[in-house]
Amino acid sequence: MAQRIRSFLLNNGPLLTTITIFILVYVMGGRLYPAMQKPQVFFNLFINTAALLIVSIGMTFVILTKGIDLSVAGMIALTSAASAALLLNGVNPVVVMLLMLLMGIVFGLAMGSIIHYLKVEPFIVTLMGLFFARGMAFIITLSSLTIKDPFYRYLALTKLHIPLFEKAYVYIPSLVGPLLLLVAIYLANFTRFGRTVYAIGNSEQSAMLMGLPVARTKIAVYVFGGFCSALAGIVFSISLLSGYGGYAPGMELDAIASVVIGGTMLTGGVGNVVGTLFGVLINGTIVSILQFNGTLSSWWTRIGVGVLTLIFIGIQSLFYMRKKHS
Amino acid sequence: MKNNTPLFKRIRENRLFWPLVALALIFIFDAIFSPGFFKLGILDGHLFGNLIDVFNNAAPLMLIALGMTLVIATGGVDLSVGAVIAISAGMGAVLINPVFGQEQITNAVAADPTLTHTPLWLVVVVTLAAGTLCGLWNGMLVSRGKISPMVATLILMVAGRGIAQLIERGQIMTVYYTPYFWFGNGFILGLPVSIYIVAIVYIVAWLLVRKTSIGLFIESVGLNSKSTYYSGISEKNIKLFAYTFCGFCGAVAGLILGSYIHAIDANNIGLNYELDAIFAVVIGGTLMSGGRFSLLASIVGALIIWTFTITMYIFGVPANALLAGRALLVLVVILLYSDYARLLLNKIFDRKRSKHGATN
Repeated sequence: MAQRIRSFLLNNGPLLTTITIFILVYVMGGRLYPAMQKPQVFFNLFINTAALLIVSIGMTFVILTKGIDLSVAGMIALTSAASAALLLNGVNPVVVMLLMLLMGIVFGLAMGSIIHYLKVEPFIVTLMGLFFARGMAFIITLSSLTIKDPFYRYLALTKLHIPLFEKAYVYIPSLVGPLLLLVAIYLANFTRFGRTVYAIGNSEQSAMLMGLPVARTKIAVYVFGGFCSALAGIVFSISLLSGYGGYAPGMELDAIASVVIGGTMLTGGVGNVVGTLFGVLINGTIVSILQFNGTLSSWWTRIGVGVLTLIFIGIQSLFYMRKKHS
Repeated sequence: MKNNTPLFKRIRENRLFWPLVALALIFIFDAIFSPGFFKLGILDGHLFGNLIDVFNNAAPLMLIALGMTLVIATGGVDLSVGAVIAISAGMGAVLINPVFGQEQITNAVAADPTLTHTPLWLVVVVTLAAGTLCGLWNGMLVSRGKISPMVATLILMVAGRGIAQLIERGQIMTVYYTPYFWFGNGFILGLPVSIYIVAIVYIVAWLLVRKTSIGLFIESVGLNSKSTYYSGISEKNIKLFAYTFCGFCGAVAGLILGSYIHAIDANNIGLNYELDAIFAVVIGGTLMSGGRFSLLASIVGALIIWTFTITMYIFGVPANALLAGRALLVLVVILLYSDYARLLLNKIFDRKRSKHGATN
């Protein structure tokens, strides 16, 4: 029995640590600032991290295959700038959204194909993707464009009240992330695609020898990543109601940090999507504590996220070493 | 043995061949479409003109390309160079006019061009030390912490900008102290000071890697880190050296950039330098997977980038719009240099030769 508990703890250690840390951080925040105990503050996490959650879900799959996607922030900026420009020219908002998703998919497809068929390292391809996307956004517009489309405004400003809590609400775009999470959990744990992703992350060669569709799956993962970034870009542009090439600076590290904090190994093959949710929530909690404090400035968020990523990489390698020994 | 290989092939496989061809192409383009490009004049006893501008503007990039070459040769990458520039330049600016708390720079500071709170030599030393420390930190994470270079330096890339803002308390710090401007705007014998700084760092780096065995060790770490370790070379210290040197180069670049602009904006100084530095190194023919490298070729790479950029400025293309094109070009160049493409090229040339042989 003790052995079982031990192995359960070792297997789910990173995830359990993440959940514990989230609860600890949140309770600590509530202690420091009593206003943080209001339920609305908790739901604000989902409002504030809507885009980050979507991006991180896509990033989880990419990292599970031992890859990385640095282009997410660029894609968000490009999507926001492109959709703002299209809406300004009077294109139907639904068409705009579909076009943006298509752009994300094509972008992911291109990067995935280069990574897989031409054997270029993922980080260099996606880094170029990041600069390319930002550059394209600046070609579209050098300054920030405002979105005045009534449909976008409706989506951005409609409050959805949470049934059990009085006065608590989220916005419509905040629901996209949690819904995508459900899809991702299904994809990762209950489909052949998900099993293949884990297999590739553990050993691409073995996966190939086992006859798994490595090429298709690897490219599909980047396509999914591109899709998620475009979706996040739409959510982002709805919540800010504007588009600009400089948006979401450094979000690639936020997403990677959330995934790593959620217990997914950067070496691939180990991790899960649920952890990513908590990684994102921890990120959001730190930001709201900084906001409640008021005197600490925004740059502490960046430093904090960096330090946290480092700590979690340390914790992970500790767990990994323990597991190897036992 | 050497004479057996045809001359054209020998030239084609020389590291400097393709970079120089690219540079020549851009110059030819300039010569045709913008003849004023090569005009040099003498003003106040020093040279000026577009060519001098290219050298002066490219100096920080050349320095960073030097450091990045060594890092990439060990099979790693340093994404944090932009943040290192911001941190080290920020340190210098804060020492010159210290801003404690939310205090604003007073008029007394702005009015007096000789007022400094720290002697200039100390400013330079601290600037260089700050960048070198950043490099050391990256090196420790990669070599001792066993974190993949991309992630380790990504942390500093994002957190470093935060640190730089912290140093400057979120302000854009303007420098009014005139002697500090010498590094970016001064002239020695008619040529910009920055060129001399690049030359000194290049000679030091060249002596280090080519006249001692460090260069050989770096290449061997990049080719096969494990077998290097088993041959009794401390692959950890070699990596540590490469990242530290890259940090040092970032610091020198920060000094030049800060003194050139007269102001340090933590969010924008050295922006996208990681892209340009990787670009310069890749143009220079160093493979992203590590191994053989050439410092001079990387410097030519940096020159290509700035000649191209200034040419585009002459034609009125906005700076931000160039970003997308540069990103695509990097990818194309990487693909051109990859083994896959090289095999294809060689195949085509060999086929042509064998056809010739058959007809003869």
